[in-house]
Amino acid sequence: MMKRRQVVEQLLANRDGLLVVAGLGSTAWDITAAGDHDLSFPMWGAMGQAAMMGLGLALAQPKRRVLVITGDGEMLMGLGSLATIGVQKPANLSVVVIDNERYGETGMQATHTASGIDLSGVARSCGFNIFSLEEAQEAIHRRAGPNFAAIKVVAEKIPLVLPPREGALLKARFRRALLGKDADAI
Amino acid sequence: MWPEGIHRELVAAGVRLVGYVPDAGHKRLIEMCQADKSMRAVVLSTEEEGIGLAAGAWLGGEKAVLLMQSSGVGNVINVLGMVKECRFPLVTLVTMRGQEGEFNPWQVPMGQATRAVLEAMGTIVQVPGNENEITPTVNAALRLAYNSYASVAVLIPQRIIGIKSFQDQTSR
Repeated sequence: MMKRRQVVEQLLANRDGLLVVAGLGSTAWDITAAGDHDLSFPMWGAMGQAAMMGLGLALAQPKRRVLVITGDGEMLMGLGSLATIGVQKPANLSVVVIDNERYGETGMQATHTASGIDLSGVARSCGFNIFSLEEAQEAIHRRAGPNFAAIKVVAEKIPLVLPPREGALLKARFRRALLGKDADAI
Repeated sequence: MWPEGIHRELVAAGVRLVGYVPDAGHKRLIEMCQADKSMRAVVLSTEEEGIGLAAGAWLGGEKAVLLMQSSGVGNVINVLGMVKECRFPLVTLVTMRGQEGEFNPWQVPMGQATRAVLEAMGTIVQVPGNENEITPTVNAALRLAYNSYASVAVLIPQRIIGIKSFQDQTSR
């Protein structure tokens, strides 16, 4: 089985103009380990909202590609958002769940996926196209979405690699990198 | 009528996304937003999703407004923490239940707590006193939110909406 940091590094290779949202916890540290970036929005809270942040961003920026990277516990808390996204059908959005079957930040307790709950099956039922890690580059950058992958990874405790913590900073740097001068206009 | 007035304000403010969980009091406004090609109405599984939607839209340079009933305010409490910490501008239009003349006792606890929980999470609450004040209150809320990076909720009182019974609600 793959290690989570290797998977995320692979997802973010050649990221070009990709807009990235990472869910609360390990996936926010993973995208930072792969290289902190102004067009990454790592979430330090609002558990369950990563996919919806991705939807809002994808609808606001239909010409850009948007990637949400989140954990199985975070996705389970926002399972209804898969149905919401399935209704809107954003062609430029991909959601990847890094599935270690654990709540990694709170003591590695088992999530529902450890008991066989199939997130890809839920996403497929909600109208997502399912892709594999081998197809990831093509799917994330070119395939008409919404696209979804749940990638099983080793449950391991690894060193934290923390992004900036201040929410207003993370928001402002993202908007300036994306919108330029317009970010500060009224 | 006030739904038309609110819709005009949303158009004038350049709102492109309207996230909603259906409510009888918002029925007319939701229909107008759905019919308006300048905006996209996004039906949500739960009100909490609207916070993620609006935050993501703002990251991408667009304005979103949320429509919900007072019961839905209880579903967004924790994620309002992100709005405050990140200073995301947010406008939430809340149709009130559990106030004057409520016919469903299960609506009363959340209706009575709506203002307190919003304010506890750092959202500015504005309440129009009568029907004629709704449109100017929404106008002011939009300007306050987007000019000042504030979270603003407009609570539309139950006496203005005037739904008196289950039968009345389903017949609208």
